[in-house]
Amino acid sequence: MIRWLFWGIIVAILCVLPRFLGDYTLYVVSLTYVYVTVAIGLNLTLGYANQVSLCHASFFGIGAYTMGLLLAQGWSFWLILPLSGIFAGLFGAVIGFPALKWKDHYLALITIAINIITFFVMMQESWLTGGPTGVSGITRPSIGSLSFTSDINYYYLLLVLFILAILASIWIVNSKWGRAFRAIGLNELAARGHGISSFNYKLLAFAVGAFFAGVGGGLFAPLLRYISPDAFTFFISLEFLIMIVIGGMGRIEGPIIGAIIVVMGPEVLRMAEAAYLIVYSLILILVMLFMRGGLVIVLDRLREAIPARIGSRR
Amino acid sequence: MPLLETQKMTKDFYKLRAVSQLDFQVERGEIVAVIGPNGSGKSTFFNCVTHIYPATAGRVYYQERDITGLPTDKIIRLGVGRTFQLIQLFLEMTVFENMLLSVQEHRGTLLSRLFTKDDSGDVERAHEILEFLYISHLKDELASNLSYGQQKLLDFGMVLMPRPELVLLDEPTSGVEMEMRGRIMDYIRELNKQGQTFVVIEHNMDVVMNLCERIIVLDYGEKIAEGRPEEIQTNQRVIDAYFGVEE
Repeated sequence: MIRWLFWGIIVAILCVLPRFLGDYTLYVVSLTYVYVTVAIGLNLTLGYANQVSLCHASFFGIGAYTMGLLLAQGWSFWLILPLSGIFAGLFGAVIGFPALKWKDHYLALITIAINIITFFVMMQESWLTGGPTGVSGITRPSIGSLSFTSDINYYYLLLVLFILAILASIWIVNSKWGRAFRAIGLNELAARGHGISSFNYKLLAFAVGAFFAGVGGGLFAPLLRYISPDAFTFFISLEFLIMIVIGGMGRIEGPIIGAIIVVMGPEVLRMAEAAYLIVYSLILILVMLFMRGGLVIVLDRLREAIPARIGSRR
Repeated sequence: MPLLETQKMTKDFYKLRAVSQLDFQVERGEIVAVIGPNGSGKSTFFNCVTHIYPATAGRVYYQERDITGLPTDKIIRLGVGRTFQLIQLFLEMTVFENMLLSVQEHRGTLLSRLFTKDDSGDVERAHEILEFLYISHLKDELASNLSYGQQKLLDFGMVLMPRPELVLLDEPTSGVEMEMRGRIMDYIRELNKQGQTFVVIEHNMDVVMNLCERIIVLDYGEKIAEGRPEEIQTNQRVIDAYFGVEE
């Protein structure tokens, strides 16, 4: 009950937030929602199923280009959004095949290579992707008379989809798929010994993780109204990785906390001017050194402390 | 036809032959022991049957079907349950999650598993087995918090969850206290009466002699003896394998 109340208050705050934000800050919060969606996908692939993916920016890019290119062809945003996820998910399933043979560092290297290849395809295949100049003039959607063209309205659309993405991830994690992902991540030998097909579930972990990233990409393109390959480099994949590590791998709250830190952290620290990258890096190092489970541990301690405090007052 | 049969099964680890030309048969409804000194190839034999390791040569048949080379998970879903010499649990999951995980892949399709909840019959059975093993009070504990003996019991409980027709148990009573050892043996006999077939690797000779109808003895990967418990007890080759040959 307390948990639902907590999340209810958070959602209420997020609903009234735009009233107090300037244009740029509203954009940063909107971008955070998009990145959370992508990080949720990586959390399923890596945090739960323990399959290293350093090419999530590729899946993100596939979703974004699907949206940008098909919108230009006159397709409906509402049709393209699931397609962005499906195309990225199919690509993820193909990428998942190396995961069946390779693990850990080797898999990491393979996925880095895939990110670099997709980046070069985006750069070189100008006939399709627009090359380095990318795709511009991307429109925002509407339903009947309700238009999401304005920044505030698009913010609310992103908020709804952000909540749906979180609920979907909770559903998957609590399903038998989620349990199988965790099983493979924890002990693949035992999983196979109990009839769990590591082949199927590794593919699924990649595909589902990529699906979320693709949907994130599909939301990202109309947010910026412009996409170019720079937004989908290997370094962006690293940012997604940092999000779930800092937030807490294998925890629902992890990607949310991580995306807030990674997207908003540098903005907050800009007041430190030239030193902001140093301060930001130091914070990341300290979290990794002293909070191996991620910042979600802070939330856990608060959860434990508050009921204890209430109990002691009684 | 036997329930499980291996023909000329061989497993080499580089130049070391762990299992050599092993012909093995288990009939439906039997309880068979596989014994032998340490390093005689007993666990490797289980691992080759369930394709944890691919056999270097030979064939494996289960229910008259050639299962040589099938993926482990598929062999398990065909109705073979097994435990490992080293306990294999999902340590960061609760005891109850471990139990349910051990049966979830035996029903439905991959897609349906996203939409269906745990079968109420499975939940009830998990409760019953944990109750029987005296660990039901630990059902919400992480498996990592259990003692070695409790983990061993959980491992045993998990393998029984999907009611496999053939159960391969690798040292099921090691590290388990005396009273529970007796209960496990009684439970195996009871399940055997209900039609389940057991192949047991065991070092405890009391368990082997009291539980099993037939014993197969391995030494250096070769079958050196096969027969009823009383025959094996007096078999000179077996005695030599365990105690050495006087020069």
